[in-house]
Formats: sequence, structure tokens, C-alpha cells
Amino acid sequence: MVERVLRAPSQYWMLIMMWIRSSMAYPASFVLMLFSSMVLTVMDFVAIVLMFSHISSFGGFSLAEMALLYATASMTLGIADLLTGSIERVGERIRTGTFDVYLIRPVPAFLQTTADGFALRRLGRPLQALVVMVFAFSRLDVDWTVARGIVLVVSMIAGSVIFGAIFVLGAAFQFLAVDSAELANSFTYGGQTMTQYPLTVFGKEIVRAVTFVVPLAFVNYYPVLYLLDKPAPLGLPSWIGLLSPLVAVVMVALASLAWRGGLRRYRSTGS
Amino acid sequence: MGVYWAIAVRSFRRFSTYRIATASGAFTNTVFGFILCGIYLTLWHERPGLGGYDASDALTFVWLQQGLLMPVGIWGATTTGELGERVRSGEIAVDLYRPTHLLLWWLSVDLGRAMFQLVVRGGAPLLVGAFVFDLKFPSSPLTWLAVAAGVFLAILVSFGIRYLVALSGFWITDTRGMEQLALVLSTFFSGMILPLVVFPGAIGDIARATPWAATMQVPIDIWLGRNPGGTGSALLFQLGWIVVLLLGAQLVTSVATRKVVIQGG
Amino acid sequence: MAVIELTDVARAFTVTSRTGLRRTRREVRAVDGLSFSVEPGEVMGYIGPNGAGKSTTIKMLTGILVPSSGTIRVAGVDPSRHRLKLAKRIGVVFGQRTTLWWDLPLKDSFAVLQKMYDVPPARHRENLATFVELLDLGDLLDVPVRQLSLGQRMRGDIAAALLHDPEIVYLDEPTIGLDVISKARLREFLAQINADRRTTIILTTHDLDDIEALCTRVMVIDHGHQIFDGTLDGLKSSQSAPRTLVVDLATSLPPIEVVGATVTKVDGPRQHLTFPPTTSAAPLLAQIAANYPLVDLSVAEPTIESVITQLYAPRPSA
Repeated sequence: MVERVLRAPSQYWMLIMMWIRSSMAYPASFVLMLFSSMVLTVMDFVAIVLMFSHISSFGGFSLAEMALLYATASMTLGIADLLTGSIERVGERIRTGTFDVYLIRPVPAFLQTTADGFALRRLGRPLQALVVMVFAFSRLDVDWTVARGIVLVVSMIAGSVIFGAIFVLGAAFQFLAVDSAELANSFTYGGQTMTQYPLTVFGKEIVRAVTFVVPLAFVNYYPVLYLLDKPAPLGLPSWIGLLSPLVAVVMVALASLAWRGGLRRYRSTGS
Repeated sequence: MGVYWAIAVRSFRRFSTYRIATASGAFTNTVFGFILCGIYLTLWHERPGLGGYDASDALTFVWLQQGLLMPVGIWGATTTGELGERVRSGEIAVDLYRPTHLLLWWLSVDLGRAMFQLVVRGGAPLLVGAFVFDLKFPSSPLTWLAVAAGVFLAILVSFGIRYLVALSGFWITDTRGMEQLALVLSTFFSGMILPLVVFPGAIGDIARATPWAATMQVPIDIWLGRNPGGTGSALLFQLGWIVVLLLGAQLVTSVATRKVVIQGG
Repeated sequence: MAVIELTDVARAFTVTSRTGLRRTRREVRAVDGLSFSVEPGEVMGYIGPNGAGKSTTIKMLTGILVPSSGTIRVAGVDPSRHRLKLAKRIGVVFGQRTTLWWDLPLKDSFAVLQKMYDVPPARHRENLATFVELLDLGDLLDVPVRQLSLGQRMRGDIAAALLHDPEIVYLDEPTIGLDVISKARLREFLAQINADRRTTIILTTHDLDDIEALCTRVMVIDHGHQIFDGTLDGLKSSQSAPRTLVVDLATSLPPIEVVGATVTKVDGPRQHLTFPPTTSAAPLLAQIAANYPLVDLSVAEPTIESVITQLYAPRPSA
């Protein structure tokens, strides 16, 4: 078991390298795809900018603050999508029988399902998010300390892991319903759309739901509130923004249980 | 004519077999509906009357947008996607040797798909939205008729664009760039990221003149009764783009046919 | 020491069928009480009609599927519990779908498999060179898999399944859809691999020529039960399939009358008669020669198809 976990990164790397090499076979085409991925995924920010041609504050957030929320949401989802997004095709692979092929190989099926069809062009989303983040910080007056820098980096990683876990949970559900790939979009892409905005605009009930049920608020909202010295909603303490890594660990545990359960079910029903 | 009807019916049935996929999709549209309502309520709270919409217009826009997304095929559709795949693989030759017209054949396939998705993926989110929010509905039978016409024309416009993109594979070996471009333009100009009425100044004027406006913003405005020049001119605007696109599609089809039949691919 | 050993293995599935609004669940036993063992180096044909339980058996042997009951040992381990470890010692070819990467050139698939299976680079090069030569893959290495013909792809798949020197290879319908020449080449290759490396081969097929050409042993299953296990000749003689007598007469005649045989077909002066396998052909021959203008005569043994058809025919016990 321990050995399996230790080997996983190098096995994953080996699998994705094959796809990276093949996408680099046509560099011009790759650059074009990467660029168009950036343009397509930056649209949500364009919408925010267009809104700010009419307003000066959205739910108490200025454009620069909105840019930071947007960038962190888009960055975390983008990284999760890049590294684990392929897993949403598991239902299709079960239907066509290619999932069985993963199970006859000496590499865990989970790694093969996440790595297969790895598309480096999906780097477009985190890249445009990075550009927006630079823009946000250039306009924001953040009192930078080493600690704050660490909080930002760690919570971006934790946020990506939370989104990744949601991708895996959605994929695990496809063991029950092979055609339900789109269901997970509600929580992944839907989650991204939502966390681009100050969550309080959706009402207290929703804030509670994304704090305690589907912990999307920990992806970026609470960490950003902490960085901007804004008070947390629901009377929650401001250090709640530091809990993202903990939430990420819990989500990984849940996703891992769900995936194993799904796989066990598949291996005892063959469908 | 009978054959095209049969094709459309068969396509309708085919899409009705994807039950779980359809339900998952409708669920996702509904979730996005709620998220967007939260965003638009805030926006119209900050700026009441923005773009000539009141808050109720904005909310109705959200559910119509989510309902039309799949039927109209804003982000492409399975049918024209398959057409593009056939062009790339060369299987299209089989279609060209059929006694049916290529354009009409695929239009029938697409309409069958659109009708099914309109009923389920359009209807379900709208029903949920209307249950939770105070949405606007057309008040007169004439408006309902205009809405039906507007939605039908929107599907035709979208089909025209998707068909041209699919057939570009006859001349371009790697059509992914073309598909991405179509996706970007459609997302931006249809009203998918924000109602076009909110687009400021010249960007707004340009956006509202594009064929993509005719696929989503215009039919929604017919429903809301908010077309700047009235419903009649909105329908004429859609018709204008249909004439241009379908003429273009017909031209491309005949050139492509000659290319395949004479040069053998 | 057997390399594969099954003891009383069963696999049941719950099938939900819907008629109107009523949903009914029933249990289907895809494999029911199967026991057999395979020795190293054996080539076993595993045959049966569609839905007999062949794929289910193969899936259990590879560890994909967990048996409902019974024990399985493959290369000394329980496949479902040590799936990843066992994977390096087995090779699998699914005839209907490829194990290669659809969008990548063939050689990239091979390169990834080498890393996946930790094959020493020198050994990999050696194997690759052998397979490229024997399977004539030289021109295909740079072609993306999706552009290969069915026969080319199958050759690539077989090479992929053997690159890590597996002790056991499962081939599920390897010749399905292939032309005559491709089939012959594939059989020749498999026979050679088995001879050179003593690789154990389990082959499921509908093409009985595959069995004739390759298999030292045949196992037939139907409805999840084993109904025959033995040699091909044993299979042929085990069944009471009627034999056929082909008689050439000097002239065209109405169906001739022979005690102990019946005419099934009249084709000008040639007549076909069938007789039970328990009867000897000699007295029939004497009878015909005495009563009719006999020119030539031959006895056709039952074809393997007819034997198998008989095996599958519903029997009172089933």
C-alpha cells in the first residue's frame, strides 16, 4: 500500500509525459489551442469587467477584489481540471469497455483514468487566472508578509485539491450511473462560477451549504477574505481562511473512499 | 419531404434514449440557473433598470438562457459534431452519394435533437426556476407564437453556423482551431456570459448585430417583449441571418460535393 | 504445478429487467461451479456460444472481476486480490477493443508499456525487434493506432500483450474480423511464441480453425457449466454426430435405398447419405455396390462445427 502511494507520482508523470510529447508534435497547433483555451476561460472575467462598466462595487467587492476572487477560483479549478479532469470520462470508458483495459495493467486504474487523454492545453485556464491575479495584486493594497505569501500558495494548492476531490467524487458516482458525467459539472464548473463571486450574495443558506456540506467556500473565498482583512460571514472567525488544507485532506479521504467503493462495485458486477 | 420528417423523428427518439445523461444535464442547467440568479439579483440591485431590464427580466433571462443553451447548441451539438467527424474521416462521401440533400439531411437530424432537448433540457430548468422565482411569461397567444418562431429561427441560425464549421474540414486538416474560434465567438456574442443589453457602447452594438445574438439574446427578448425595434424586426433580423447562412451553407455543400465526387475526396 | 487453477468458481449477476413500470430482479449465474486447471505451456481453446460465460471467466482469471464463490489461483496467487502484481505476469488481448492508445503512434504505445511493466530496456528492444519481424510491424510503428486496419491493429495488440514476457496470455477472439492471410500469420506467430517461450495461452474464439491450428486442449462451456474438456480429437469422437457417405453413381437415379443409411441430398449422379457413427461403413458399401452402378465413394468425418452444434443443442437435462 505504502509502496503503491510512493510510486504513484512517477507513474502518473510517465503517463502524462506521453500525452505531452504527443501534443508537442505539432507546436503551432498546440500554441493555438493553448491560446484559445485562455481566451475561452477568461470570458467569465470579461463578464465581470463588463458589469463594472455599470457598477463600482459588487456585494461590497471592488473590481480588483473581484479580480482576486475570480483568479483564485479559476486557478484552482484550472489546476484540478488539468490534473484530474480526464477522470470525468470514466463512464464513457466503462460503456465502451476500455476501463477493463486499465484493470489488466500493473498501474492503479485511478492513475490511468486521470492521466489518460491528459491535455496540456488545459493549462490555458490557470495561465489566464495567473494574469488576472497579477492584475489584481497590482491594484490591491495587500500588506505582504512571508506568512501571507505562504497562506496564498498553500490555499491555492488546497483549493485545487478540493476541486480535484470533487472531480473524483463525480467520477465515482459514474460507477452507479455511467451516463451521469454532466452531473459533476454542477459542482466543478458550477462551483467555480459561484466562487468567483462574494458568496454572501447568494444568501446565508448557500454560504452555510458551501461551508459545511460541499466545502467550496474553502477553495478560495475564506482564504481571500483573510488576505484582504475582510470579516468572515455567519460570525465565523477570520482564521477560518487558514483551514483550507484541513478541508482538502477530508475531501481527499472522502473521494478516495468513494472511488474505492465504486471500483469495488464495478469489479463485482462487471458493469 | 417525408424522408426528412422520418430522419428528424428518428433523431428525436435517439436523443430520448439518453435518459440519465439528459437528467444530469438538466440538473446542471438548474444549478447554474440558481447561481446566475444570485449574481444577477446583486447586479440589478446595484443598478436597477440596467440595460432596460428590471430584476424580473434578468431572472427570466437566466432560466431561458439555461433552457436554450443545449437545444440551440450554443457550445456545439452532438449532431453537427458527428458531421464534422464524418468530414474528417472521409465517411461523408457515403452521405454525398445518397439521393437526399446533405444540408437538409443534417438539418433534420439537428432539428430532431433540438426538439427533444427543448422539451426536457429547456422545460425542466424553466419549471424549477418559475417555481422558485417570480418569472415573466408571455401574456398573449400572439407572443407565444412569436416566441415559438423565434426559438425555431434561433436553432436554424445556430445550425447554419455549426454546419459551416463542420464542413470547413473539407479544406482545413485540423479543424480544432476553427471549432475553438466558433466556441469563443458563440459564448461571447450570444449572451451566454452576460445579457447583451448589459454590454456597453460599441461592443454592445456590434454584439447585437452578430448572428450569435440571433441564437439566444433575440429569442429571449421576444419572450420578454424587450426587442429594441419590436418583435417583428427581431424575427426579420433572425431571418436575414438565416438567409445568409443557409445560402452560404448551400454554396459550401455544392463546392464540397464537387470536390468529393470529382477528385474523390 | 498448474499455472491456472479454478475450484468450484461461480459468478452471479443481478439482472434488473423492466416491463412497463414493474421492475423485476433475478439472479443470473454467468459461471456456475467451474473447476479446471491448466499446466504451463498448454494452449487451451475456450469455446462456447455467446453468453456462455467465457468473458466472465477471463475477467475473473485476470482479476478484473471478483468471483462470487470458489477459489482461483493464477501463477500461485488470487487474481482479484493481487491484480496489480499479477498484471506483470499476464498478457491480455481483447479482440473487440484495443489496449493500445488510440491517438498515439504504435511505437509510443510500446514505449509506455515498457515503462509501465518495468521491462529492462535491453529485453524490451530484443522483444520489440522479434515481434516487429515476426508480425511485420516495421511500417506501422509511426502510424497512429486509429489509422490502422483491424488486422494491423490486432498484430499491434498481440505484440503489446507479449512485450513484458508474460507467463500466461489470454486472447479473447483474436482473429475476429481478420482476413484469411492475417489469421494464418497470427496463428503461426502464436504457435511459435508458445514453442519458444512455453507461454501458456488461453484462447476464446468462434473460429474453430484457430482451435485446429493451435490448441492441444479444448474446453467447451455453456450456461456457465463445463460440458467438455479434452483434446480436439476427443471432442470429435465424444459426440454422436452422424457421418456422411458420398456416393458417385454411373447415372442419375432417384434416392437409392440402403438399409442403415438415409439419403439427404441428390446432386445428379452424386448422392449424400448419412449414417450413425456406431455403424461401420463397410456393410453399407457392400450393399450399394451390389445393388447400384457404383463409380466412386468417400466417407466424410463430422466437421468440428457439427460436433459443437450438437454440444450446444439444448439437452433434456439443461
